[in-house]
Amino acid sequence: MAVTERLDGPQDPPVDSTGGPTSGPADTPRPRRRLGPSPTIALLFLLPAALLLGIWVVYPIGYSIVRSLYDSTGGVFVGLENYGTIFSDEGTLRTVRNNLIWVIVAPLVVTTLGLIFAVLTERIRWATAFKLIVFMPMAVSLMAAGVIFRLVYDEDPDKGLANAIMTVVHDTFSSSQGYPDARPREGDESPVAAEEDGAVVTKQPAAAGQPVLIPIVGVKQEVLPADAEPAVAATGGDGLSGTVWFDFTPGGGGVNGQPDATEKGLPGMTVEAVSDGEVAATTTTAADGTFRFDDLPEGSYVVRLPADNFTAAYNGLTWLGPTLITPAIIGAFVWVWAGFAMVLIAAGLAAIPRDALEAARIDGASEWQVFRKITVPLLSPVLLVVFVTMIINTLKVFDLVFIIAPPSVQPEANVIALEMWRVAFGGGNNQGLGSALAVFLLILVLPFMIMNIRRFKRGDS
Amino acid sequence: MRKGRAAAILAGLALAVAACGNAPTTSQPSDAPAATEDGGAKTLEGVTLEVAAKWTGEEQKNFEQVLKAFSDKTGAKVTYASTGEDTGAYLGPRIQGGSPPDVAILPQPGLVQQYAQQGALKPLTEDVTKEIDANYTDYWKELGSADGQVYGVLIKAAHKSLVWYRADAFEEAGVQPPTTWDELVTAAQTIADSGTAPFSFCGASGWTLTDLFENVYLSTAGPEKYDQLSKHEIPWTDPSVTEALEKIAQIAGKKEFVAGGSSGALQTDFPTCVTKVYGEKDAAMVIEADFVAVTAEESGAKVGEQAKYFPFPKVGDTTPVVLGGDVAVAMKDSPGAMALLQFLASKEGGEIWAKLPGYLSPNRNVSPDNYPNEMTKQLGQTIVSAGESVRYDMSDLAPSAFGGTDGKGQWKVLQDFLRDPSDVKGAQEALEAEAEKAWK
Repeated sequence: MAVTERLDGPQDPPVDSTGGPTSGPADTPRPRRRLGPSPTIALLFLLPAALLLGIWVVYPIGYSIVRSLYDSTGGVFVGLENYGTIFSDEGTLRTVRNNLIWVIVAPLVVTTLGLIFAVLTERIRWATAFKLIVFMPMAVSLMAAGVIFRLVYDEDPDKGLANAIMTVVHDTFSSSQGYPDARPREGDESPVAAEEDGAVVTKQPAAAGQPVLIPIVGVKQEVLPADAEPAVAATGGDGLSGTVWFDFTPGGGGVNGQPDATEKGLPGMTVEAVSDGEVAATTTTAADGTFRFDDLPEGSYVVRLPADNFTAAYNGLTWLGPTLITPAIIGAFVWVWAGFAMVLIAAGLAAIPRDALEAARIDGASEWQVFRKITVPLLSPVLLVVFVTMIINTLKVFDLVFIIAPPSVQPEANVIALEMWRVAFGGGNNQGLGSALAVFLLILVLPFMIMNIRRFKRGDS
Repeated sequence: MRKGRAAAILAGLALAVAACGNAPTTSQPSDAPAATEDGGAKTLEGVTLEVAAKWTGEEQKNFEQVLKAFSDKTGAKVTYASTGEDTGAYLGPRIQGGSPPDVAILPQPGLVQQYAQQGALKPLTEDVTKEIDANYTDYWKELGSADGQVYGVLIKAAHKSLVWYRADAFEEAGVQPPTTWDELVTAAQTIADSGTAPFSFCGASGWTLTDLFENVYLSTAGPEKYDQLSKHEIPWTDPSVTEALEKIAQIAGKKEFVAGGSSGALQTDFPTCVTKVYGEKDAAMVIEADFVAVTAEESGAKVGEQAKYFPFPKVGDTTPVVLGGDVAVAMKDSPGAMALLQFLASKEGGEIWAKLPGYLSPNRNVSPDNYPNEMTKQLGQTIVSAGESVRYDMSDLAPSAFGGTDGKGQWKVLQDFLRDPSDVKGAQEALEAEAEKAWK
C-alpha cells in the first residue's frame, strides 16, 4: 500500500490544482511529493508489470469481446446475436440454470460446513490433526478429485463407495434373499403370469390332488443355491401340492412347462395359497422345488409366489444419472473446498477478542447465543470473503463437471465454463459463441470480484 | 510415452517457431539437395514432420512402425502426437493458432468438409491423387473430398457391421448365431430366459449407438435412403427412421435384455461394455466393430474360441455393411506431408500396416493375405468384395456437432432413447431439431 501511495504522489498536482489545497488528503503534505521518485522512473518500474498484464489479461479480454461479435468463422460481424443465442438456445440456458443452482447451493454449504468445522475444532484436543485431514483435499488437484469422485459415485456397489455404503446400510435393515430378475416365461403357454407388483400367480385355479407346475426362467447362475436338486413334479395325493423350478435346460432343448431331467428346483421360495384374495396358507419349497399345503380346506385356490421372492438386490442410487448429477458434483466440490473455508474461518476465529465472549458468558448467555450473537457477527467479514470467493469459484467451475459427469448426462450437468470450452473447441468450433459465453461469465464474476477487492482494501487500511 | 509426447510437443513448438519466423519465400525443404536428385534414396533427409492421430497404446505403436518404415525409406523424421478422443478439440486451437501438424488423421470424413471450408486443409498433389485412383474405389475417394477437391486418403477402415458374442453363453442357452433380426430377438429372449442378459450396450459412448442405428437403418431403408439421410435430404421424422428406431426398441426396450438396465448401460463406455461380456460375463452379446477383438483378448477371451462374431443380421432387405475409418489429410503445404500421404495411400504402406494386428485396409490392392489372422482376412475380404454397396458410418459423415460430439446431437438423443425406448416419436423430433441446427 505504501508503495502505491508514493507512486501516486507525483500524479497528484492536477487534482490539487482543481480541487484546491483544502481537498488534498491531510496526511500527504506538499513537501512529501519531492521524496517520491520521478514519474519516468515510476513508469519504468511499472512497465514490466503493465506489459505482462496487458498481454496476458487486458488483450485477451478485449479480443474476446471483439471476437464475441463475430460468427463462427470470424469473418462475419453479427453484433449481439451470439449473446442472443445464450438466452434462446435450450442447452445453453440449462447451463445458466445449472450455474444458478451451483451459486445458490455450493457457497452456502461450503461456508456453513467451514464455520462448523472451525468452531468445533477450536474445542477438540486433536484440532491440528483434524484440520490437516479436512484441509487435505485442497492438496489434490480438481482433476484428480474428479477422477476420485467418478469412482465414488460408480453405480456398481462393488466399485462405487457411495452405493457401497448405501447398500450396506440398506441391507442391515432388509436383506434380499431370493431370485432377483427371475420371472415366468412370456407367452400364453406359460401356466403362470407375473402380476403388476411382481408376484407370480397361476392363471388357472388349482385344486387339491392336482399338482401345480410353476415354471420360472431368467434365474441368474449366481443366485441359484448350490443345494438345489433336480426338479421333481409333485405327486398328487392329499392337499394342494406343486413344483417351482428353473424351466431352462442348459444347452437348450427340453420341454417348456415340464420339469426335465437336468432342470433344477428352486428351493426356499415362499408359496401362498390364495382364496378370494385372502391368503389361506403359506409354505416354502424344498430343495427339489416341491411344495405341499397340508390341512387346507377343500376349495379352489390360486397359488401365488409373492413379490418378495423376486425383489432385486438393492443397488443404491444412480448418482451419475440425469437427476442427481448436479447435486453429486456439488458434493465433490464441497469435499474439496470445505477445508479451505475452515482454515480461513478458523484464522478469523482466533482473532476474535476473547473478552467479548467471556463477557457474554458471564452475563449468562448460552453457548448457542454466544455463537449466534457474538461469534458470527464478529466473523462476518471473514465469512463474507469465503462466501464471495466460493461464488466466484462456483461460477467458473469446469473440471469437476467435465470429469465426473459421464458423456450421456453431461448436458444435464453442463455449466457455463464447460459449455464455453465445448462450443469453442470441443467439437462446436464456434469461437464467436464461445467468446460470448466467456464475456458473459466475466460479467457474472465481475461484481463479486469488485466486492472482494473493496473488502481487501478496507481491511488493509 | 511421456518422453514421446514431450518430443512431439517440442517438435510442434519448433514447427510453430519455424512457421512464424520464415517468410514465405524461404521454404525449408527446397534447400535439401536430395530433392533434385533421382527418386529412391532418402529424398527427405532433414525434414521433420508431425503427424497427429487419436490412436494410443497398441494402435499407436503399430502406426509408429508404419511411420518408421516411411522414415527409413525417405529419411524424414516423423513425430507422432496423440490427439486424444476428441480430435476436433485438439486440432481446433492448433489451426486457430496457426501451427497445425503437417499431417492429421481425422476420425470422421465430416471433419474433412469442415476443415476444408475453413481453408485449413491443403489439396492433395497430383502424385497423391494418382495413387488414390490406383488403389481406391470412387466411393472412398469421394469421402476424402470436399467441393470436388480431393483432400484426404482413407487409410484405415473399421468394420462396423458385426455382433460379438460369448460362445459359452450361446451354448448354455442353446442358440445359434442368428441371421435375421427376428431370429436375433428370439435368441435374445432365450438367452434372457437362461439367466444371462443378452446385450451389453455401450451407452456412455454415443458413437456405439449411432453405429447400431446405422446398421438397422441401412438394412431396413436401403442404401439410397441411407445416403439421403446422411446428407439430411430427408428429415429424421421420416417413417423409415420410425421403423429403424422401433426395431432397436425391440432389443433395448426389455429390462431383462439389457445388462445393468438402461441406466447402467448409459454409464458403460466403450471398452467397459466389452469387458462386461468377456470379462465379467454379465452379458452375451455386444454390437460393435472389429476392434472389439482387442478388448476381448485383454479380458482373457480368445478370439475365435470364446469371443466370436456374426455379421449384423438382416433387418430388412439389405445386408448391412457399414464401415468406419480414418482419413489422413495434409494441413501444411510441404513436400514431406504429401510424400507421407502418398506412402500411406500406396500398396506398399498399406501392406506394412496390414501385417500388424488390429488393422483393416480399404485399399483394394492390399491383399487380404497380408493380415495376420483368419478373422481379419475374412473381414478384409468382405470390404474389398462389397465394393460399391458398402456405406460409410453415417454419423461420421454428419457435421461433428450432430454426429460426433459427446452430449450433443445424435449421440445425446440416442442415449435418451436408450433410457426410454418407448418414445420413438419424441426421439425423431429431437433428432430432427438437432439436425436442423447442425446443417444450417
